Amino acid sequence: MVRDVTLGQFMPGNSIIHSLDARSKILLLIAYIVFIFIAKNYLSLLIITAASLLVIFSTKIKFKFYLKSMKVILFVVLFTGILNIFYGSGEVLWQLGFVKITEGGINNAIFVTIRIATLVLISSVLTFTTSPSDLTDGLERILKPLTVFHIKVHEIAMMMTIALRFIPVLLEETDKIMNAQKARGADMESGNVFQRIKALIPVLIPLFVSSFRRANDLATAMECRCYHGGSGRTRMKVLRFSILDLFALTFSLIIFVGVILCNIYIPATLR
Amino acid sequence: MSVIRAENLTLVYGKGTAFEKTALSDVSFEIESGDFVGLIGHTGSGKSTLIQLLNGLLKPSSGTVYLNDKDIWENPKKIREVRFKVGMVFQYPEYQLFEDTVYKDIAFGPKNMELFEEEIDKRVRQAAEFVGLRRDHLYKSPFDLSGGEKRRAAIAGVIAMDPDVLILDEPTAGLDPLGRDALLSQIRDYHNVRKNTVILVSHSMEDIARIADKILVMNHGKKIMFDKTEKVFSKGTELEEIGLRIPQITKIMLMLKQRGVDVNTNILTVEQAFNEIVNYLGT
Repeated sequence: MVRDVTLGQFMPGNSIIHSLDARSKILLLIAYIVFIFIAKNYLSLLIITAASLLVIFSTKIKFKFYLKSMKVILFVVLFTGILNIFYGSGEVLWQLGFVKITEGGINNAIFVTIRIATLVLISSVLTFTTSPSDLTDGLERILKPLTVFHIKVHEIAMMMTIALRFIPVLLEETDKIMNAQKARGADMESGNVFQRIKALIPVLIPLFVSSFRRANDLATAMECRCYHGGSGRTRMKVLRFSILDLFALTFSLIIFVGVILCNIYIPATLR
Repeated sequence: MSVIRAENLTLVYGKGTAFEKTALSDVSFEIESGDFVGLIGHTGSGKSTLIQLLNGLLKPSSGTVYLNDKDIWENPKKIREVRFKVGMVFQYPEYQLFEDTVYKDIAFGPKNMELFEEEIDKRVRQAAEFVGLRRDHLYKSPFDLSGGEKRRAAIAGVIAMDPDVLILDEPTAGLDPLGRDALLSQIRDYHNVRKNTVILVSHSMEDIARIADKILVMNHGKKIMFDKTEKVFSKGTELEEIGLRIPQITKIMLMLKQRGVDVNTNILTVEQAFNEIVNYLGT
C-alpha cells in the first residue's frame, strides 16, 4: 500500500554516516553527484562508484532498502540504458536495417545506467541517514547567505520541515479515509482511468478538508508559542562539525582528485 | 446460527521486513446473529485489526472469516458485497464526509450497492431518523453541521446500507456526555428494531456494560475472553491484569462484598446496584 514507499525515509542508526553533520552530508552529496557526471572513463567511473558503494555500506543499513528505493526508478534506468545502446557513434558491432548497435552506444548505455543508479543510491544515503529536521536545518544553514538577497531562507526551511513532518501523517490519513470509503463500497481498484480518477474524489475531498484543518490548528499552535519567523531564533540542537566530518571531507577529496587525475591521464571513453 | 465465524485468524504486518509485527495471532470466535457484542482491549491489542479483517479491508495472513457460513475471501472480486453486509463505522467517521449535501453523503453507500432511486431515498431517510438527524439537516452541507451532527451523518451513511453486521469503532469518542448517551441509546434502538448484529469497540467499560450482551476481550493480539457481559465483568482481577477496568459500579459492589456485605456482584448499571442495595437493606 501507500506505506511501502521507501524513497526518502529516515532510518535511525549510529553509523559514521549517521553521525556526520547534515551540512557536510548535503554538500558532499552534491559533490558526489557532480563527480559521477565528471567521470569520463571507466577507471574514474569505477573510482567514484566504488567510493559511493563504500559510503553506502558504511551506513550499516541493509542493502535491501536501497534496492527498494531503486525499484521506483528501475524503469527509467532500464529505458534510458536500452535507448542509449542504439544511439552512438564508433565501430558498428551489429546491424539490422536502420537499427545498429555501436561500441559508443554500448559505452553510453553502461555509463548512463551506472550514473543514474549511483545517483539514486548515494541520494538515498542522505535521506536514509539524516532525520528530516536535521536535513532542513542543514539546508537552512547552507542557504543562509541568500538572506542577503532578501530570500526568506528560514521560512522556506520551516515550510519544508512542516511538509516533511506531515507526509507520514497524511499517508496514514489517506489510508484511513480510503478504508472508510471502501467500507461504504467505493470501488478504487477497477474501471478505466477516468472512473478511477472519479473514484478518488471521496478520498481527496476529506483529505483536503483535514489538511486545511491541520494547517489552521498548527498555525494557531505556533502562534500560541510566539513563533514569529527566523530572526533571533536559537536552536535546541546546534549543528557542529566534528573530526568525523573532517575525515569524510578528506576521504571525498582524495576520491575527487583521483577522478580528476584519471580523467586527465586516461583518454575519455565517451565522446 | 452464527453470522460471523472467525477461525484461527492471524495477521502479520510487513512480513519479511524489519518492521514485521504480529497484530493478531490465532483468534477464533463465533458471533450469533442478533448479538450485541462489545469489543474491549488496550490500545494496540488488535481490536482495529480484527474488525478490519471481519469486513475484508484486511486479508488475514492465515485463518478464515466466515460470513453466513461462507468464506469472505472465497471470491476476492466480490469482497465489496461482504463490505455491504458488514458495515463499518471507523473512529472519527465525520472525517470521511465529502458530498455537498448530507443526503448525498448518506446515499453514497446505497448508491454503490446499485439500488433503485426510491429504495435509496427510503434508506437515507430511515437512517437519518435512526441517528436523530432532522429533515432539514439532509439538505445542508455536511461541513456546516456541528461535530456531533457530523458524526451522526457519517454513522447514518453506514446504517443506510442496511448491513447484517454493524461494526462501530469508538463511536462516542470525543462527544460530550449527553451526546454520548443519546448516540448509544440510538444504536441500541437501532439494534432492537432491525434485530441485526452489532459489534461495538469502546474504551468505556460503563458504555459497554450498559449496552452489550456479550464481550470480546483482546490483549496483545490474542482473544482473552468471549462471554456474557456479567461473566466477563465478574473476572475483575483478570481484566485488571491486562490493564482494563471493570465498570465503577461493579467495582463498588465487589468491594462491598469484600467488606462482608452479602450482595450480588453481577451488577452492571447504577439502577441495578440501587435495586440490589435496597433489596439487601430490606431483608
